[in-house]
Amino acid sequence: MEKNKTSLLDKIFKDNRLDDYIRVFPNKVGTHGYDPWGFNIKGIKNSMRLAKFLYEDFYKVEAFGLENIPQNGRCLIIPNHSGQLPFDGMLVGYAMLTNPHGPRAPKAMVERFLPSVPFIGNWLNSMGAVIGDPVNCERMLDKEEAIVVFPEGVRGSNKLYKDRYQLKRFGNGFMHLAMKHDAPIIPVGIVGMEETIRSYADIKPLAKLLGMPVAPLVIPFIFPSKVYIYFGKPISFKNDVHKEEDIQERVNIVKKEIDALLKEGLEKRANYYKEQKKQKP
Amino acid sequence: MEPKKKILVTGAAGALAKKVIDKLKKDYKVIAVDFRTKVDLGIPVESYKVDFNKRLFEDIFREHQFDGIIHLGRISAQELNRHTRYNANVIGTRKLFDLARKYKVPKVLVLSTYFVYGASPYNPSLLDEKTPLKASELTMDLVDSVELENLSTIYLYKHPELNITILRPCNIAGPGVRNTFSMLLSEKRSPVLWGFSPLMQFIHIDDMRDAICLAFEKNIPGVYNVAPDDYIGFQDAIKAAGSSPIQIPSIPPALTEAIAKFLKWKSFPPYLINYFKYPVIIDGSLFSRTFDFKPKKTLHDIFTYYKSLK
Repeated sequence: MEKNKTSLLDKIFKDNRLDDYIRVFPNKVGTHGYDPWGFNIKGIKNSMRLAKFLYEDFYKVEAFGLENIPQNGRCLIIPNHSGQLPFDGMLVGYAMLTNPHGPRAPKAMVERFLPSVPFIGNWLNSMGAVIGDPVNCERMLDKEEAIVVFPEGVRGSNKLYKDRYQLKRFGNGFMHLAMKHDAPIIPVGIVGMEETIRSYADIKPLAKLLGMPVAPLVIPFIFPSKVYIYFGKPISFKNDVHKEEDIQERVNIVKKEIDALLKEGLEKRANYYKEQKKQKP
Repeated sequence: MEPKKKILVTGAAGALAKKVIDKLKKDYKVIAVDFRTKVDLGIPVESYKVDFNKRLFEDIFREHQFDGIIHLGRISAQELNRHTRYNANVIGTRKLFDLARKYKVPKVLVLSTYFVYGASPYNPSLLDEKTPLKASELTMDLVDSVELENLSTIYLYKHPELNITILRPCNIAGPGVRNTFSMLLSEKRSPVLWGFSPLMQFIHIDDMRDAICLAFEKNIPGVYNVAPDDYIGFQDAIKAAGSSPIQIPSIPPALTEAIAKFLKWKSFPPYLINYFKYPVIIDGSLFSRTFDFKPKKTLHDIFTYYKSLK
């Protein structure tokens, strides 16, 4: 009998469905497939193959509330940040790219030092990552893009394992942009990434030596963990307050929403593992 | 019949100036100057070899009452030493502006370059005309380009009677162009930095000629980026032009610089290393809107030309 087994490489590189998703993207690229931020069709196709493997096979992601993402027009997607590496951004991106309610290729704001790293900078750009400069964000909102911003920055992604699921301080920049450009905010809670790469310390002198924002002491292994992504309902804020403390109050509203989504996700995941345990003989 | 208006075009030996002169000579009496050589542009174009900083330059102004100046002449960073370049490009341009004031020339167009923004990993995309010019922070070899811009801007606002228009184009490419990135497209093997393929914009020399003529004719003073709304990664551009990339190590940066200094390649100068790494994408929408300009030639046309040379 012929074996009908799909190899790992086939899973990653041979999926014709991805071409169908690419075809439905809004046509915002030039004659050679590039947009002004370095996003390009060839790059996103290659990255989607890796993202698909991570999303479907490795993290076995379940996404909820995808209907809350506007099918078109400007918006800011605001998730919690975790997992040491920027895979959480990739998973949110893949969920949006394959959204049955209307696929979108989002942009994501990333750390400013990344473009100076060979290969990584261009690779991230090719799938829609852009350096976290407010000028970039404003321009993209004007062009009706969906933008993923992690307001915790490295404070969130590189937090220690003992601090998992505790939201770190949010920057206020995203709120200024949302208000100024009349962009709805979609809060997002990601559960499961905190356990994948576990950091036990931040070696600050090493970080300084390497010119990096952090140098985490991690177990060099990516733990498989089921991941849940919760897209919350859009929240809109009028551009009617200007004092930083009022802005901070609004940022806290978004933070609370994300916290609630995280709690919901953690509960759901606990139930999932209980079920799994019961099913085992 | 009214006599033709007289215009002065500098940098007449360059491919772009030749194209501009060719287009304008039907409607204007063109006086062409260059500090490198006396260019034979045929009748009816009068041509002079002249150093802007010498007294003889004023004689040209005395002899001809100019109705406009198109200042394209520039000693590029590949030519001569820094000091001579500064004198010719910056001090020479100041002399040109002062003569324009003295002889009441009513409009001046200055060609600058997108290099003035500087290639930095922190650059946002679509830099507009208000973005600070940071090139001199990166390399002393571009100081004259930035200073020339600053000087032009000072004259633009201090002497509005000169009606100065400053154009900052992206990479100009096409037949006859000898700037760094067009030379790279024309070579069979071109150096690229390992792991870096900065996004770039290219404008065809014919479109740039049209942009200059349009801005000169319409005369709406100000600073304008000139670039199409189309982009390509540098390594893809090299391949599209039929060239093979030679990968130069990109880390540590000191090694890259040492290699560039050792090779002494005209098309891989040490002072432009950052432009091989980081994108400098400019927003040309203000120029397009103001002058109703749309490039006619595509990236495909540009690369097809370079491919045909191989």
